[in-house]
Amino acid sequence: MPLLRNNAFVVDTWTHLGLEDKLPDGGNVVLPFQRLKNEWESLAKFPGQLGVLLNNSDHAGELEHFLPHLALVILPFPAFTDGRAYSIARQIRLAGYRAELRATGNLLPDQFQYMQQVGFTSFDVSDRFPLSMWQSAAKQMSLAYQRGLYRRTGETEVWTERHMEAAPWEEQPHAG
Amino acid sequence: MYRYDEFDHQFVRERTAQFRDQADRRLKGELTEEEFRPLRLMNGLYLQLHAYMLRVAIPYGTLSSRQMRKLAYIAEKWDRGYGHFTTRQNIQYNWIKLEDTADILAALAEVEMHAIQTSGNCIRNVTTDHWAGAAADEISDPRPVGELLRQWSSLHPEFSYLPRKFKIAVTGAPNDRAAVKVHDIGLRLHKNDAGKIGWEVIVGGGQGRTPMIGVTVRDFLPENELVAYIEAIMRVYNLYGRRDNKYKARIKILVHEIGAEKFKSEVETEYARHPQQTTEVEEKELARIAAYFAPPQFEKLSRFAPAFEDAKLKHPEFARWTRNNLAAHKVDGYTIVNISLKPEGGIPGDATADQMRLMADLAERCSNDELRVSHPQNIILPHVKKDDVYSIWQQLGPAGLATANYGLAGDIIACPGMDYCALATARSIPISQAISRKFADLDVQEKIGPVKINISGCINACGHHHVGHIGILGLDKKGEEFYQITLGGSSTESASIGSILGPGFAGHEVADAIEKILETYVKLRQPGEEFLYAYRRLGPNPFKEALYATA
Repeated sequence: MPLLRNNAFVVDTWTHLGLEDKLPDGGNVVLPFQRLKNEWESLAKFPGQLGVLLNNSDHAGELEHFLPHLALVILPFPAFTDGRAYSIARQIRLAGYRAELRATGNLLPDQFQYMQQVGFTSFDVSDRFPLSMWQSAAKQMSLAYQRGLYRRTGETEVWTERHMEAAPWEEQPHAG
Repeated sequence: MYRYDEFDHQFVRERTAQFRDQADRRLKGELTEEEFRPLRLMNGLYLQLHAYMLRVAIPYGTLSSRQMRKLAYIAEKWDRGYGHFTTRQNIQYNWIKLEDTADILAALAEVEMHAIQTSGNCIRNVTTDHWAGAAADEISDPRPVGELLRQWSSLHPEFSYLPRKFKIAVTGAPNDRAAVKVHDIGLRLHKNDAGKIGWEVIVGGGQGRTPMIGVTVRDFLPENELVAYIEAIMRVYNLYGRRDNKYKARIKILVHEIGAEKFKSEVETEYARHPQQTTEVEEKELARIAAYFAPPQFEKLSRFAPAFEDAKLKHPEFARWTRNNLAAHKVDGYTIVNISLKPEGGIPGDATADQMRLMADLAERCSNDELRVSHPQNIILPHVKKDDVYSIWQQLGPAGLATANYGLAGDIIACPGMDYCALATARSIPISQAISRKFADLDVQEKIGPVKINISGCINACGHHHVGHIGILGLDKKGEEFYQITLGGSSTESASIGSILGPGFAGHEVADAIEKILETYVKLRQPGEEFLYAYRRLGPNPFKEALYATA
């Protein structure tokens, strides 16, 4: 499955481990949330970067105090109609997490823009859709009414634009 | 009325272009039907029994004459010359082609309309009191909040793939005409002793197979906090609403299963978790919107309109119509005209293109260019001078729009039923037609007085049978349609869910059964006691006896 980041297919440099897989000596490692919780004492000393795979039935609140130590959070979409991860993504971003947030599972280009707006920055996409389709899907809408979401160049937040003189959204969570 | 600015225009244009591309990809086979389905639904396009159905949003039920004329144009150009006004203040076209849909959306965009989120598991069109801005009992016009929520919920990235559909209703009056207690979220305006306003937030009401009255989670929420607070409710629902069973996926089930207190604390925790953002932008935006809803320039008129009173004396049929179809306006000399879309033997809520154009003309000339769609599926002229009423009535008559049954037995709510709908288990329309023929005599209807008869063609309850004073639910029993009758429902501030009276009836027996129920009521009522209150006093037994007692 290609990994899409910044509108290009890139190589995934992370090692994805299950509950039982042996931890390597270093590098970038993604673990299930369960394992992160259970083995935190030893993991805290891990020399490489850590990431987590959080299921959409897990509570983002429990992840909060691990967030400063993580360089990747992966949220799965078991079905493209299952929208829980949109809210989990927002919770994680609102909690101050600034590193990579990855969507995996059943993703459609027509949802791509929404996912970026709630804070996802990378995407495990199926090779059914060519890169060009993802690139054009990324700019289907140039306007949005909601405030406090992730906006890229060329995207306008209507209410903010209408009331420029008002106080800005304090936690404008811009990526990068 | 709200008018689009350049942002709103561009938003709807882009959305139309996006849909055109999606429909193209579907027609070329690049999207599967399964993948296309949520996309078309969020643009109002359903696949029904015989054709596609397009549901067009009429935000908070308010239309200008120009918009109504465009609806007539669409009915003629792309449908079969008529449309169906729905219980959520929208309009549906039943005979639409997928290839035409993007063109229809473009035509709607020309008059500042769209079909965004009239379907799908997302936040639907916000509904409100159909007499908003005109009613004598109103605290404040609820439509600015309706428009604020329309914008905020439009293509909300976080809340477009909810467990199930989500309906919000808003009322600014103590007499609830927007059914806020049977919506996923209902907002009801209150004014406290200090003269300040605040919103009661009611969550978890609904109809469908599990009807429930919503619970109040906040008694008096400051207006500037509405958006952020509703966002907290939506997040709790999106995260914890059930997704394993679509019949248990509405927020009412979540509230019921975890309990109102637990639900409330989840919402409050979510709301408190993030430090209060400044709400200056929301406040300014609400003020900007509210300016569009400033009351029209009413003339200073006498409460007593001599020409109007004269006409009533001269024409008893006109007098009858004014008795039933007018409502009190907040300004002297004005009235609210309720046009019944329920002619004897007709299809509730249907209007032809010609009828739409006539109503548009009347609104332009006599109602500040405004029309409303009501949730009981009628059309309203909200700001009419009493002296214009007679001429309006004369013009409505020949068009079949002067039926004097507003709020009476013939003013039936009915879903499209098995005549159109793929989900239906029985037909609704013929039942409604039979009842309206049974009570064709308006003298009889007036003698019975106010009663709400609501008919649904399946358990999903689009015809609001649970909250009808008399509810009729069409079911399928081994291939035969049969109909269950419930009594005692209400969608107002004293909302209640109707109770099933007893065994169901065959289609041809329903109208007789309703007649027996109403005869029993007339016999037993106290002077001036309306059907609902008589039922609440008497309970079901006298009605059961009348219907089921063996001779």
